[in-house]
Amino acid sequence: MEALFFYLFGGLALISSFFVIFLRKPVHNAVALIFTFFCLAGLYLILGAEFVAMIQVLVYAGAIMVLFLFVIMLLNLEEEEAIEGRGNKFRRWLGGFAAVVVFLLLAPVWLMQALPVVKGTFPPEKVQELGNTVWIARLLFTDYLLPFEVASVLLLAAIVGAVFFAMKRM
Amino acid sequence: MPESYVPIFVFLVVNVAVAVLIIALSTYLVKRKPTAQKLMPYECGMDPFGTARKRFSVKFFVVAMLFIIFDIEAVFLYPWAVVFKDLKLFGLIEMVVFIAVLLLGLFYAWKKGALEWQ
Repeated sequence: MEALFFYLFGGLALISSFFVIFLRKPVHNAVALIFTFFCLAGLYLILGAEFVAMIQVLVYAGAIMVLFLFVIMLLNLEEEEAIEGRGNKFRRWLGGFAAVVVFLLLAPVWLMQALPVVKGTFPPEKVQELGNTVWIARLLFTDYLLPFEVASVLLLAAIVGAVFFAMKRM
Repeated sequence: MPESYVPIFVFLVVNVAVAVLIIALSTYLVKRKPTAQKLMPYECGMDPFGTARKRFSVKFFVVAMLFIIFDIEAVFLYPWAVVFKDLKLFGLIEMVVFIAVLLLGLFYAWKKGALEWQ
């Protein structure tokens, strides 16, 4: 049953990510990417990571994609420019090279028959008892308190940066 | 735990099926007599002008950026709310510090006029 859903969401994610690459209009690519994010959220649910799944939908499919669409609209690529960009030989070779490198990096994992089982501090059974969110929260607000507070400084830097660069032009 | 999401999955499947069915039926059953009036983009009863592919003001981008940042802030509030009772006062102080830092950012954006719209 779990395998069935894995192949369903994984397959849909693969198909929609092909659409992200091959559709010709930037906005269509963005919509396909949203669909990919939803499929990934499904995969996280199968792993028992509800919190990550919800964040995937809320932050990635919701907020980050809004930004992507804004960038598409701000740049406003005309059809001709978009096609011209595809013809760029150097970029094609670069993309092909990157794809080969990623494949070679992943190949060992694919060849491995079974990963050695090492149980960490949080095996699935323990997480399932209280749920993923509770465990994330407990760790985040006790052991990882400093990174959490530092994250607020990072977000502050993002606000200041975005406002500064945008307002300079006004 | 994943089993409890089966109803949501069924709901999604039914939704997609109904949507596909409606679009398919209205595509294949309908007789088309297109006229210039019918093919015009619908714009609240007004005649459309210009193209949709216009450059947008960077103001929209700033608003989107601020939205993302405060969205992420809200994301941190969810797990915090779940364990709020266990953390007691300590948890409250943690979150007040977190939000205070982000409030600085909000005041900066406010001062700089990023929230103004004229």
